[in-house]
Amino acid sequence: MQANVGAVDATVPQQEARARRDARHDRLFSWLLKGCALLVLACLLGAAGATLWGGRHAFGTFGWHFLVSDAWDPGSDTYGALVPVYGTLMTSFIALVIAVPISFGIALYLSEVAPPWLRTPVASAIELLAGIPSIIYGMWGLFIFAPFFADHIKPWLTNYLGNKPDDGKLSWVAQHTFLGKLFGSDYPFGASILTAGIVLAVMIIPFISSVMREVFQTVPSRLKESAYALGSSTWEVSWDIVLPYTRSAVIGGIFLGLGRALGETMAVTFVLGNAMQLSASILDPGASIASTIANQFSEAAGLQKSSLMALAFLLFVVTFIVLLIARWMLRQLAHKEGR
Amino acid sequence: MLISTKSMTRIGTAAVFATASLFAMAAQATDITGAGSSFVYPVLSKWSAGYAEKTGNKLNYQSVGSGAGVAQIKEGTIDFGATDAPVKAEDLAQFGLGQFPVVVGGIVPVVNIPGVEAGQVKLDGATLADIFLGKITMWNDPRIASQNAGVNLPAKKITVVHRSDGSGTSFNFTNYLSKVSPDWAAKVKFGTAVEWPTGVGGKGNEGVSQYVKQIVGSIGYVEYAYAVKNKISWVDLKNAAGQVVAPSAEAFAAAAATADWASAKDFNVIMTNASGAQAWPITATTWVVMYKKPKNAEHTKVAFEFFKWALENGQKDAASLDYVALPDTLVKKIEAYWASEYKH
Repeated sequence: MQANVGAVDATVPQQEARARRDARHDRLFSWLLKGCALLVLACLLGAAGATLWGGRHAFGTFGWHFLVSDAWDPGSDTYGALVPVYGTLMTSFIALVIAVPISFGIALYLSEVAPPWLRTPVASAIELLAGIPSIIYGMWGLFIFAPFFADHIKPWLTNYLGNKPDDGKLSWVAQHTFLGKLFGSDYPFGASILTAGIVLAVMIIPFISSVMREVFQTVPSRLKESAYALGSSTWEVSWDIVLPYTRSAVIGGIFLGLGRALGETMAVTFVLGNAMQLSASILDPGASIASTIANQFSEAAGLQKSSLMALAFLLFVVTFIVLLIARWMLRQLAHKEGR
Repeated sequence: MLISTKSMTRIGTAAVFATASLFAMAAQATDITGAGSSFVYPVLSKWSAGYAEKTGNKLNYQSVGSGAGVAQIKEGTIDFGATDAPVKAEDLAQFGLGQFPVVVGGIVPVVNIPGVEAGQVKLDGATLADIFLGKITMWNDPRIASQNAGVNLPAKKITVVHRSDGSGTSFNFTNYLSKVSPDWAAKVKFGTAVEWPTGVGGKGNEGVSQYVKQIVGSIGYVEYAYAVKNKISWVDLKNAAGQVVAPSAEAFAAAAATADWASAKDFNVIMTNASGAQAWPITATTWVVMYKKPKNAEHTKVAFEFFKWALENGQKDAASLDYVALPDTLVKKIEAYWASEYKH
């Protein structure tokens, strides 16, 4: 009896000690985790702050004019961000317009339609595509795709849609719609905003489609089977059951792809044409923020270097705004669904 | 047991000696570091390989761009910088730096016109400038045709191809255009990067030559070696003396010899549009920038020995890469400059 009581007495302090130790460990662990999270935040703020600090000279000299000026003239030291910002947004927009429907098709095929033995190999092939370094896409774009585009796609677009066709006869489309300006070009070469957009699309399709495929697989089969049992077609099941169920994750995947498109450097530098001119046509060469920095940073000094830093800061801002829009869209969707 | 201990000791001693002698060898060789222009990178690599074979001293050169090279030598983190644009006299004085040219190379306009071969098209500077200004837009323009009697120039649009990255090649090319065209000098000016009035930008010499090969009716400019290697047709130019010359090692050397070195302090001469009868008008050089009072005396001494060796013995290596070694008269001037300006 005595011994028994003693044993209980011994275990109580032991348990308390263990509880204290656990609490200490938990605290340490939570600090560690907090540290990791704060480190990311510090990196982000540090990078944004450093580019802003590096670009202060440019912002100070040009003020708001920096954002709306299309001049980029190292000869007279005048710089404006309009051409690269427009190029970045336009190429990414084209990439999304092409990549989203195709990725949707790939993901639906793999999760709903394809025979099971085909799913895994095709899915791994797509993931492999996502791992190809961007410089390889750039070289493919420069050596193979741009010449092909110049020989086969661009002449068709300029002749049938553009306002500057080779034979001088304006098509109906060019006369009556805005497409005429969009597809008019004096240049006979393949490097253009549209080319860069297409190459970017090829690059981001693997990202978007693999995210979509993953989330499509999470749709409970009883939902789909119920719809099928009610006589829905595969399209109706995809559009009315699968997509609404996974909507927010799908949008997340799209913005992941968009993030990559906005910051892509090497591939774009190769196929964008690197001309600091603002043109309404997507068949004319342009410049993006990342390509301008990659092109000019090594030889830049003084105000030019500062302007490149300011451009880098603008890329931060653009990406941030895009993410904000994504958040806002998700919230709107949630409202609409009454959640 | 005893024997084995003894032999072990012997092996140990041998190992210690071997290691010691290795260290001794490493200490004898001095590695010098430089950074800057990518224009000289190929020839510097070739020279440093030859020099290392001879002396064991290695050269570590980072081809990071002229601007970065000058910035690094100002900070004193390297033994020498190399730049395609001469450093201004004020900057040299402020940082106690000196500079001298090391090698000469040519920049050639290249074209892609069906049926036209290298050297068939001839242009003068003003016409070239107007093409790059976007004022002359067709290959059968009377101003081009009048200089090219007998050449069948098609009614094809001209597409200008320029460098998209900042580069010494652009610096010298635009410098030439500014010298021959008041319009270019007023509107575009010259520099490692400028606001090109027209055309498409390729990254690096390889980007420009790739675009020129792809685009029918295009005109660009690359280092001579790239045009030769990629078999792109170049254009003959009319030089300051009014002679039409073809790009060649002799023409580049003629430009280097007739540039106005005598009146320039610290070799601050951009040798485009040189006056010689045989001079190629877009000839360029790269300057090496070093401290007059060295921060690291030993490294600087080795660097000078390297450049002395390269200027006196590097002609063959330079020629094999389509660069041109400096003419003897200029080498003499540089050695005199070393003796008077540098203390080491």
